[in-house]
This record gives sequence, structure tokens and C-alpha cells, in this order.
Amino acid sequence: MLSYFAKRTMIGILTLLAASIIVFAVLEVVPGDPARLMLGMNATDDAVRALQEQMGLNQPLLLRYLSWLGGLLGGDLGRSYTYSVPVFDLITERVAVSLPLALASLAMSTLIAIPVGMFTASNRGKLSDTATMGIAQIGVAIPSFWFALLLVYVFAVTLRLLPAGGFPGWNAGLGAGLKSLILPSIALALPQAAILARITRSALLDVLGEDYIRTARAKGLSKRQILYRHALRNALIPVLTILGLQFAFLLAGTIIIENVFYLPGLGRLVFQAITQRDLIVVEGVVMLLVATVIIVNLLVDLSYAIVDPRLRSQQ
Amino acid sequence: MNIAWQTSVGKALSNRSFFIGLIITGAIALAALVSFVWTPYPVGAFDIAGKLKPPSATHWLGTDHFGRDILSMIMIGSRNSIAVAFISVAIGAGIGVPLGLWGAASGSFVDEVLVRFNDLVFAFPALLSAVMITAVFGPGTINAIVAIGIFNIPVFARVARAAALSLWPREFVIAASAVGKSTARITLDHILPNVAPLLIVQGTIQFSLGILAEAGLSYVGLGSQPPMPSWGRMLFEAQTMISIAPHMALFPGLAIVITVLGLNLLGDGLRDVLDPKFE
Repeated sequence: MLSYFAKRTMIGILTLLAASIIVFAVLEVVPGDPARLMLGMNATDDAVRALQEQMGLNQPLLLRYLSWLGGLLGGDLGRSYTYSVPVFDLITERVAVSLPLALASLAMSTLIAIPVGMFTASNRGKLSDTATMGIAQIGVAIPSFWFALLLVYVFAVTLRLLPAGGFPGWNAGLGAGLKSLILPSIALALPQAAILARITRSALLDVLGEDYIRTARAKGLSKRQILYRHALRNALIPVLTILGLQFAFLLAGTIIIENVFYLPGLGRLVFQAITQRDLIVVEGVVMLLVATVIIVNLLVDLSYAIVDPRLRSQQ
Repeated sequence: MNIAWQTSVGKALSNRSFFIGLIITGAIALAALVSFVWTPYPVGAFDIAGKLKPPSATHWLGTDHFGRDILSMIMIGSRNSIAVAFISVAIGAGIGVPLGLWGAASGSFVDEVLVRFNDLVFAFPALLSAVMITAVFGPGTINAIVAIGIFNIPVFARVARAAALSLWPREFVIAASAVGKSTARITLDHILPNVAPLLIVQGTIQFSLGILAEAGLSYVGLGSQPPMPSWGRMLFEAQTMISIAPHMALFPGLAIVITVLGLNLLGDGLRDVLDPKFE
């Protein structure tokens, strides 16, 4: 089990390194002169030179990459050109909005999807199964940002129950902060739940067809016992895999949803940075999100070994 | 061959998902084609006096904040969605499938490298690629195509590799290599045709994901730019009008949902028909 953990972790670290090279190459090497790109064509040569100096662009490429990487590891992502503050500070401030949003919708979609998947799998072929899966089929096709607009129209514009957008900040109290995250997390969670429910159902159906399930039934175990004790545990592997893969989409969705609700999260930060050509902020946010995706998938892989003891002995 | 095809076509048409999916997808494709020669109104025509009108007999889906006919804009916008999704599938399949087949055929080191490469590309969702590309090159339709296309590469590589790996130990492949066919020849003559059905199914799924991704990218301003009508952009413009003209947000979104639903049903149906595992 240890060697599985070690090997998988090693691969994760290498993937992170490779990803950092890609991000660095696209945002600092491809533009040719990032300082010129950031300042625009009308900038004076002096201004460009000053920014080049500040960004350390005069150093050799390899040295620049290594010092950027070293900075990343120490939590130093450079200084934002437009905000004149460390990018790290900007990001931590915005993560306080994005992370609760992403986690809330992840939790919500899982809590909806797994029971729905179990219910439909155990009622396979019945009307309730067909109807629920029909709804899920439509749910998969719904873009979360459009669903968000509909929610705003119903709950904010028409019923006036919840805010249509904006974020009062956590200082305004937990309740007010959470209230402004309700609609965004529902908008993100329901389409995700539809995907996950379909996966859970088909994973459960695969497992329920296995011989040991028949054995369990022959032994006289109840349907419920079989579902919880034998089927669900084995069906969790594909569900976990998809959860991990979906996480990248969830982050992307979070960034988009923040724009619908004018939430001051990472998404707003990165889109503003694009319009202001603040490449350093873009670089920091993209690297953070890519690293998150890689680490989450690593954790999912490692958790296989915990869910499935068979994997521990394998290489 | 012919008999096999006839049975497949017959089986396909009797599959409910496939049939409904085919009709929806066909209708959307037809609307896109018709938009080249005819739309109810020209989309460039502003009519400020007739702006924000709800659906009526003259404007079936109403008008937007410039008085443009929403149905016409949805029809033209469908071209954009279809083109972006199609080209990104072509990029993903064009690069991913050869990579996956190569990995499966050569095994060991090459394969390992390709698998790791796939994992790496997977960490860059289309949105993040688009963010980086736009930061450097500015926004545009090409960005969306490149970003979604890159994301499609590992998807196709994975499907092709997994399917090819299961075919290599089969007897007909061993027989082909016994008569002296090269690895490349076997891949082309025997592996690829057998992998193709799975790739078609995956292509349909990626096509529908491409439509969703394009809408998301143009919604946040990273994809197609005005005045080119696109579904995502229409939703962005609808957002500020949501309290006075909810129809502006309703119909472009429905167009996305119906298109994606149609493609997903088509994909599900194709899988039932083409994938021997599901027989």
C-alpha cells in the first residue's frame, strides 16, 4: 500500500511540475515581451523597461522559471501590476468566496446524486426510475449559468426571497454571506447532481449484476442490506473517479457562476485581470486552479486504495 | 458488410434514444443550414422602437434590447455553436486518436508517457486554457476552438487507447501479425475499424460538451465576440434585462438545452447500437 501511495504521489508531483512549465511558457514565453503586452502598444520604452526590471524579465529564461517556481512554493506569486499588491493576498481574499461556493455545490450535488442513484437503481425499469432518469437526462444538458439566470428570475426578481447577486463579505455576518451563496451553489450543484446520479445508478446496476450479490441474496439478506453493505461500497470507485474528474468542471463552473451573481471570487479576479492585461494575476490564478485539479485527482486516486483494498497490493 | 449495415441501421432506428436524438439533432442542423439562406428577420437590423417585445405572432420568440429578432439570432448562433464544437471534436480526435492508438501499439515507455501526458492535459479544463490564451492573444472564436480542442485530445486518446489495448491480444490481430503485417498496418486495417464505433459515440458526447463549453466561454466573453450572434453571448446580454425581458434569457438557453439533449440522446442510442458490450 505504501509503494502505491509513493508511486502515485511521485506522479502527482511530476504532473504539477509539468503543469507549471506549461503555465509559465504560455503566459511568460509565448507573449515574447510580457511587459510590453501588459502595458499596451502606447507605453513608453522607459515604462516597459521599468516593468521588465520589476518582473525580472532581463534574467535568463531558466532562472526566471526557477525563481517563479521557488516563489510558488513559498507562497509568493509576484505582485499584481494593476492592484500593486501581492497576488497571493488577492487570491486568498477571493478564495474566501470561491472555495465555500465550490465546496457547497460539491456537497449538495453529492448529497442529491447518491440517494437518487440508489433509489433509481433499486427501482430499475419502474416508472419512478424512468421519470427520474428522464429529468437527469435533461439536467445534464442544462448549462449552470443559464440555470442561474432562471433561479435569479424566480427567487430574486419575482419572489424576492434571495439576493440576485453581490456579496456582503464575511464580515457582514455568516448568515448574510451564506444567503448570497445559496442561489449560486444550487445553480452549480443541480446539473452536476444529474451527471453524478446517472453514474451512481449505472455503477450500482453493474455491481448488482455480480455473482456475490446473488450469493448475498441467497443468504437471505434484505434488499436494503445488500444495497448498503455490498453494492454501494463497490459502486463507489467509478463514482469517486467521476467526482474527481468533475471537480475540474466544478471549478470552471464556479468561475463562470461568479459572473452571473457578481461574486468577488477568483472568477471575477481572473476576468478583470484579463481585461487589464495583468498577466501575473492570471498566471497565479490559473496555476492555483490547475494545481487544485491535479491534487484533487491525486487524492481521489489515493482514496481508491482506502475504498478498495484490492488496489493496495497491486502496483 | 451491407447486411451488417442494414441490421445496424434497422436496430438504430428502433432505438428510442437514437431516434429522438436524431430528430432533434437533425432539426437543429437544418435550422443552422436554413439560416445561411433565410432567417425571419435580418440579424443586423436594429429596431429600437420594437425592442424587448415578448413573443408574438410577428416575432415568435420576441425581440432583444436592440429590437433584433431572437429567433433569427438563435438560428445564426447555432452555426457558431456547431462550428466550434465540430472543429474542436475534429482537433481532439485528429490528435488524440493517433496518440491513443500509438500508445496501445507500442506499449511500455511510450504508453506510460502518453498516459501521463493525458493526465496533464486533463488538468486544464477548456475554461482555464481559454483564460490563458485570451490573456495573451485577446478574445475570439479561435480561442474557444483551440481551448475546447485541447481538452478533447486526452478524452479521445483515452478511449482509443483503452479499446485498442483490449484488441491487441485478440486472435485476428495475432493472425495478422503472424502473416507479417507491420504494427502500423495492423493498427490501420484491424484496430482502427474496430475502435471506430466507440470513437463515434465519444465524438457525439464531446460534441455536446463542446456546445456547452462554447456557450460558457462566449458568456464570459472569452469566445465569439459581437456582432457575431452566439448563444452564450445572447445569455450574457439577457442578464441585465432579466427583470424586464425574461424571454431574452429563456430562449437561447432552451436552444442550448435542446441541442445538448438531442446530441446526448443520439450518443446514448449510438452506444446501445454500436457498442457490443451493451448488446
